[in-house]
Amino acid sequence: MMSTYYAGLLADIGILLIGTLSVYVILATGQLSLGNAGFMGIGSYIASFLTVEWHWPLTVALVISALAASMIGIIVGFPALRLKGIYLAIATLGFGEMVRSFFLNFDRMGGSSGYHGMQHISLAYIWLWAAGIFLIVTILERSQLWLELRAVHDDETAAGLVGLNTTHIKVGAFGFGAAIAAIAGGLFAHHYVYIEPGNFGFERSIDFVLAVILGGSTVGAGAVVGAGLLILLPEWLRFLADWRLAAFGVLLILVLLLRRQGILDRPLLAKLTFRSGAW
Amino acid sequence: MLLQQLVNGLTLGAVYTLIALAFSLVMGILSVLNLAIGELFMLGGYIGFAVIAMHFPLPVALAAGMAGAAILSVVIQKVAYEPLRDAPLVTPMLSTLGFSIILQNVVTNVWGSDPLQLPSEMFDNRVALGSVDIGVMQLVVVGATVALVAIVAYIVQQTSVGRALRAVAESREVARLLGVSVNRVTLVAFLISGLLAGAAGVLISLHYAAITPYIGVDIGLKAIAVMVIGGTTRVFGALIAGPLIGIVEVFTIAYGGSQIRDLVVYGLMILILLLRPQGLLGGSRQDVGPRV
Repeated sequence: MMSTYYAGLLADIGILLIGTLSVYVILATGQLSLGNAGFMGIGSYIASFLTVEWHWPLTVALVISALAASMIGIIVGFPALRLKGIYLAIATLGFGEMVRSFFLNFDRMGGSSGYHGMQHISLAYIWLWAAGIFLIVTILERSQLWLELRAVHDDETAAGLVGLNTTHIKVGAFGFGAAIAAIAGGLFAHHYVYIEPGNFGFERSIDFVLAVILGGSTVGAGAVVGAGLLILLPEWLRFLADWRLAAFGVLLILVLLLRRQGILDRPLLAKLTFRSGAW
Repeated sequence: MLLQQLVNGLTLGAVYTLIALAFSLVMGILSVLNLAIGELFMLGGYIGFAVIAMHFPLPVALAAGMAGAAILSVVIQKVAYEPLRDAPLVTPMLSTLGFSIILQNVVTNVWGSDPLQLPSEMFDNRVALGSVDIGVMQLVVVGATVALVAIVAYIVQQTSVGRALRAVAESREVARLLGVSVNRVTLVAFLISGLLAGAAGVLISLHYAAITPYIGVDIGLKAIAVMVIGGTTRVFGALIAGPLIGIVEVFTIAYGGSQIRDLVVYGLMILILLLRPQGLLGGSRQDVGPRV
């Protein structure tokens, strides 16, 4: 029997992994989202509403919340086409803060005092979703669509010139990322059985980005490494007591300085999986 | 009542202006979002507090807070920005986040996580101006802000250092070919940025007579919105946008409830990004940021 301590950490890793993948697919098109916690919040509130008020089964509620969030992702994605680089990132940051602020005012579901009544879910259920989404992203990574995504990332103008529909690709990535983030939110709500708007602020969004970059933003498996590290590192540093966050900051900077492409990249992954040649 | 709110909004806006300028100096020139600026601001406030507690006068506290934040800003430039300058923009942004985590932790350990407070009578002199009751400290905040913005505007627009700054903002490569020392310019941008953030910290913490290690998080994010609304390419943009947001915020709190102010501020920011990406006072140039 696993201790509740490790079970809790594993649940956190699973949820963070899903959130990390949501940023990963958007970043694959060269768009940095600093607002995915907003999509997570939307998914979290919709799924909780459906299970608590309407007694829907959680799996159905998660799918519905993912669809709703992806609609919003697409709606957000279209105006985002006008913006590039850091300005797009700032706009998504603003979107995330607006969503948080909206739920703060949404008294129907508790407003600032939060919302509860959800049924607790098992660790296995969280990881079923995490593994499923990871599998989908891995399959996507081996498809032609992914090559198109990377083409938009590397040179949008050139990608457009060879006939790729860059609008569809960029907006689609936002919609897909939003759906994934929403599922992370629904699982979060039913793991902690209590949510409040503060759960879905800027710090959560930046955690996703941090996990992507630390783990390695060029391979999906990097998200697993990043999510694992981000949860476990502060735990391993507990012996430093009050100074563990400072140590975490130092380690973060060191990793970025020593491995700016992230811990996992294609050459390392190929070595680890005994694969040779390019793929 | 209305005028009183206006004055309070102006004071808050003045602080936003300073931090927004701190952001935009680094962002406008290097396209990097320095996420440690909120914590430089917080650190400046603590240093100011410590100096006041040792019974030094306010100008000394201001200078000490500014110097402390500026030194750290230069350290951040050397450690977190310079080695990663060729990496995608998200990487130096996250290394500055590392500094923000460290600073918050260190300050919490040194001064504690509870709010520090000054004896309230210390900066509590007030002047009545008709029906409006203005704290002397409010006047100091607004006055110091206007003076600092004027100095920065003078440096950016009239001096050779400023010309170099603007040249690098336009094109790093071309500036380098023309003989501008990009490294030195980057250092100056971070230095001035730190000075401004530190000044803002001292001013706001003495105005409220209280400070916590988390003060930088919320105000820092809000200052990013102010920077965008004012435009990253014009120094005076922040001087307009800061008070605008400060006043909007104070009025939404007074008449719409404190909860909706973030909705209004960030909504305004997104509107500006979509309709006028160069900001209220920005030039005609459409800002096309480099790839992330």
